[in-house]
Amino acid sequence: MNEYISSKKRERIDKIFKFSIYIITFTILIPLFLIFGFIITNGIKNISIEFLIKNPVPVGETGGGILNALIGTFILIILSSVLAIPFGITAGIYLSENSNKKYAQYISTFVDVFQGIPSIVLGIIAYVWIVLPVKKFSALSGAVALSIMMLPTIIKATEETLKMIPYSLKEAAYSLGVPYHRTILKVILPAAFSGILSGTLVSIGRISGETAPLLFTAFGSNLLEWNIFKPMNSLPLLIFNYAKSPYPEWHELAWSASLVLITIVFLFNLLASIGEKKWKIKF
Amino acid sequence: MEDQILTIRNLNAYFGDFHAVKNVNMTVYKNTITAIMGPSGCGKTTLIRCINRLHELTEGAYTTGEIYLKNNNILSMNPIIIRRQIGMVFQKPNPFPTMSIYDNVIAGYKINGIKMDKTEMDTIVENALKKAALWDEVKDKLKQKGAFLSGGQQQRLCIARAIAMKPEIILLDEPTSALDPKSTLKIEELLEELKKDITILIVTHNIAQAARISDYTAFMYLGELIEYDKSDKMFTNPSNPKTNEYLKGCFG
Ligand SMILES: Nc1ncnc2c1ncn2[C@@H]1O[C@H](COP(=O)(O)OP(=O)(O)OP(=O)(O)O)[C@@H](O)[C@H]1O
Ligand SMILES: [Mg+2]
Repeated sequence: MNEYISSKKRERIDKIFKFSIYIITFTILIPLFLIFGFIITNGIKNISIEFLIKNPVPVGETGGGILNALIGTFILIILSSVLAIPFGITAGIYLSENSNKKYAQYISTFVDVFQGIPSIVLGIIAYVWIVLPVKKFSALSGAVALSIMMLPTIIKATEETLKMIPYSLKEAAYSLGVPYHRTILKVILPAAFSGILSGTLVSIGRISGETAPLLFTAFGSNLLEWNIFKPMNSLPLLIFNYAKSPYPEWHELAWSASLVLITIVFLFNLLASIGEKKWKIKF
Repeated sequence: MEDQILTIRNLNAYFGDFHAVKNVNMTVYKNTITAIMGPSGCGKTTLIRCINRLHELTEGAYTTGEIYLKNNNILSMNPIIIRRQIGMVFQKPNPFPTMSIYDNVIAGYKINGIKMDKTEMDTIVENALKKAALWDEVKDKLKQKGAFLSGGQQQRLCIARAIAMKPEIILLDEPTSALDPKSTLKIEELLEELKKDITILIVTHNIAQAARISDYTAFMYLGELIEYDKSDKMFTNPSNPKTNEYLKGCFG
């Protein structure tokens, strides 16, 4: 009889515990949903095909869109990926291959710390290193700042994924007379593909919303610009400039641009998790 | 007497300061199955990993002595070349998880960038799978991933991958210890078939298995090669009392 009561009691505690978890989780989700709801209700009004395929117009004129910022954002993403991915993957390979060495462990910790550097600092560094010497704002300098921001995520994703791959796979390649570099390129990297891919997509998602590193580098522009050596607009820059302007109609455009940007970031994260599932290899 | 194919002379293997294989001398004969047995930790794996130069890849590990494949000293040759002539099958099946069954079998050529035409590849794959007694089970799903096969099938796939390289010797490190009796039997049968083409060195904990399939047997204990002889003799009338004890199951 006693046991029966105590198990009843335990069940009740379990229920209260589970219920509190739901409540707490739900409570902290409320502000998130509110923010989304706010952006969507404010942003949706001006969303149209026009909005996506037209360039901005001067204050006072109605209409106008965000085409230049949209294209600028994609150019910046591609450019920073081209800069960051090869170096990031190489460094990740290096760290996982030398994980038993002291200096690799130091570098690995350093990369962790690097992740915490405020993005504005990276913007200033790109400004000092690239913009000042050539005396010109450019998309390229912005991409450099963004690519430095991407590096830690790609390095860590590569390192962690490679560390999960059992040594037996490498031995299988060695035992067939495969040299080290081919073992890494043809056996180990393909086995790590899903992890590296998802890390890269997550890092792209992170940088596509960044404003601070672009303020002194890509700078922004009202024109549609394809030249990476010239100032270029991007969605976060456009949002920043419109939001701080005194014109209510620009504020509205900023909301709509935010909605577009959030959608893009969401898509990258969605792709990351789809890719991760699709190509994941279990050992 | 059979032809000699592998001659091991004064072989010592170390992990840093630890002396794992002690002054081993033995001759392996062509087209035979040689079993290596002994209690856990006696150096069986280390010995065969010296033969295809995998041992030296462990940090701090090194070897001294000589191992002759026919007349060439393996220990002074290019390990890449040696590993293409001496295949290996590991205790735990390790097919390449990203590759199809077909690509797994041909992997030794493909990953090494050895170019050849499709019909040639098809022939190699089919022959290797047939010799590994796997062809009938997989011939309709060659494009599927090798990782979906059962454990026993995966191990035969690894055997096929090794023999596709047409090696002179294959080294098997307890290839059946993770398998059920039926899969084990299948692999034993295919090994007996295989020895017509390839010399086989197999590490096994299973005394009955060694007795069933091997022509020669080596018994190791604490890093030393205690006894090495024809299996008939070893299992009926061992000369060393330690071998006798081991066979009776006194230790190991
Ligand atoms: N990477 C290593 N570093 C240091 N010592 C090792 C290493 N690998 C093996 N050894 C040691 O070398 C000795 C021989 O090991 P080995 O793996 O060759 O034994 P084995 O006969 O294959 O044993 P088992 O039957 O358990 O597989 C053991 O004492 C083991 O502890
Ligand atoms: Mg072993």
